[in-house]
Order: sequence, then C-alpha cells, then structure tokens
Amino acid sequence: MCGYCGCSQTEPTAHGHGHHDHEHGHDHDHGHEHETIRFEQSLLAKNDKLAERNRGFFLGRGIAAVNIVSSPGSGKTALLERTVSDIGGDTRVAVIVGDLATDNDAARLKKHGTPAVQITTGTVCHLDAHMVLHALEQLDTHGLQILFIENVGNLVCPSSFDLGEDRRVVMMSVTEGEDKPLKYPTMFHGADLVIVNKSDIAEAVEFHRDTALANIREMAPRADILEVSAKTGAGMDAWYAWLKKLSETKSAAAR
Amino acid sequence: MHEFGLAQNLLNTILEQSQERGFSRVHGITMRIGKMSGVVEDAFSFAFESLAEGTLAEGAKLSIEDVPIRCYCTDCGTEFECAEWSYRCPTCNGISTELRSGQEMDLVSMEIS
Repeated sequence: MCGYCGCSQTEPTAHGHGHHDHEHGHDHDHGHEHETIRFEQSLLAKNDKLAERNRGFFLGRGIAAVNIVSSPGSGKTALLERTVSDIGGDTRVAVIVGDLATDNDAARLKKHGTPAVQITTGTVCHLDAHMVLHALEQLDTHGLQILFIENVGNLVCPSSFDLGEDRRVVMMSVTEGEDKPLKYPTMFHGADLVIVNKSDIAEAVEFHRDTALANIREMAPRADILEVSAKTGAGMDAWYAWLKKLSETKSAAAR
Repeated sequence: MHEFGLAQNLLNTILEQSQERGFSRVHGITMRIGKMSGVVEDAFSFAFESLAEGTLAEGAKLSIEDVPIRCYCTDCGTEFECAEWSYRCPTCNGISTELRSGQEMDLVSMEIS
C-alpha cells in the first residue's frame, strides 16, 4: 500500500504472487493452490439480520418504530420534546436517542416523563441494529405504542443501516437550504416522510418553499411531506395524525 | 462515510471464514459496490489495506465491481439507469420509481490458499 496518500496502489509483496514475481527460489508453478471461493454476502448481513429481529419484535408487540434522521441541529430533539409532551398523555411513547457523546438529549426528553435511552456511539457516525437491540433491553416495552429512534445527526451514514424500523423520517430545517435533498440523494430517497422544520423563521431566512418542496418530491417521490415548527407547534397536528395512523395499523396487525 | 467500519466487517468475515474453511492466506478479494451505497472506493481500499496489515489478508488485491443505480418506473414499467441522481423516468417523466440496484456492498468471492 502507498503509505503517503492512502491510495490502493500495491507494491510487490513478499509472497510475490502478483505479476511481479521475482527472486523466487522455488521451481514450482506460481499459479499454485489458489482457489476461488464465492460468497455473495452483504457486508451489512449481520446488521440486516439483527434489523429483522428488531422488526419482528416491534411487529409482535404492535410497536410503531420511527427512525428519525437529519443533519445536526435540524431540530430532531426539539420535535420529539414537543411530540412526547403533546401526545405522551394519551399514547405510550419511548425514545432511543443516538449521539457521539453526552446524554443531554435523553435528559431533555426524560424531563417530559418519557422513557428515553441514550446510546453514545463514541466515534461511530450512525446507529445500527445491534445498538438498538441492546437499547430495547433497557426499556419497558409492554404496552408501548410508538418508539422514536433519534439517529445520530448525519445525513450520510445512517442511510445504509436498517434498524428494523417501520418508517424512516428525514428531517431538514428551513435554514439548511432548498437544495439539501439534492445534496443527500441516498438519504432522501429512502424517506417515508420528510419533515421541514423551523417554518416559523422561513421568511426571515428567505426560504424558497416551492423550490424546496419540488426538490423533495424529486428525490423522495414516495415520501409524504410535512412542514412544521417544533418551536411554535405550527403543523404539528398533521405529524400527530401521521403517527396515529401508523400506530393504529401496527397495533391492529399485532392483535 | 464509515468505510473503516465496513472494512472491519469485511476483515471479520474473512477471519471467520478462514477458521471455518481452513485457509491460511487471502490473495484476492472481489467486492460488488453499488453507486448508491455511499461507499467511497478509495477510502474503503485504504481502510481495508490498513486493517489487513499483519493478518492473513495483508497485501490481498481488492477488486471492486461497480453496480450502477437502476430504477424501475411503477407508472409505465420502464427499467432505466439513473443518471446524476435523478430518479425521473426517461420514458414517461414519472417519479414513482423503485430502486432495482445500486445499494450493494457485497463480498462476491475470494482467492485463497
């Protein structure tokens, strides 16, 4: 390997099985004993297996699991704080929240009386199904109706990791630019719902709503779109209706 | 993105397989990586080479087959390659498309002895 720039250029190695075989004192054929074995296995096979296990668990208990992803600072925790405060009285909800460090977010959510488990990932840029599996062990899931999984603030890496969720919610805020969906095509394409947050300051930051919505529709054709302000509460009723419908479908399936 | 984590998954798979199947050296690895997987090939190769040092896969040649992003239009039934991150159907201009390929990160085969 090239030790300078990290490119994948390889130098002839000591075992010398490449094209540059040299200084081999042996007289046998160099094609010796190599065998090709086939795998056809995804690098994410383990994650996907555990994700299916989580999905089965949610299905069995009638829990609607919602994976929420966004850039850092879009307002995931603010959205969830208002949500658990508004619907937490009638609906049994819990939150699993991922961050690289600190349990600040879980602490914010617990203030509203909501069971919340913090996963601190250290340097890992996403949650995976294994982390969620162990976080579930720390929650009382009997009678739980909605589980929110607040992913690590990152619009790249979490897209590859199935957690076993029922729905993936991608969130962006009006301060992030109308072209956000174009910049993160993989994440937006996997969205079941796109939430545009901070609608209360859209005018102040000259947010071009029509352009943003067109970009979302282009990149996330399957997704519903909701515009909300987690701060003022504007548009939140539509979000609660979306959650209620999902939760009813899930609990009916479990019966 | 998380190329080091994925490269570690690859190495772990190789080490497990070497125990199971009893091989002691890996000379070549073929992977299939989709254009939409988010994996940057150079970063992945670099990560794998770094991690493989001192293991049975040190110096193994990593070959990567690219998989294009292919979509299927649920409106008119056209299957097409998505260019420049647009999922729009070239036939009917619809956007109700399903991904058919492009998210792969598969270990296809290994050359061992």
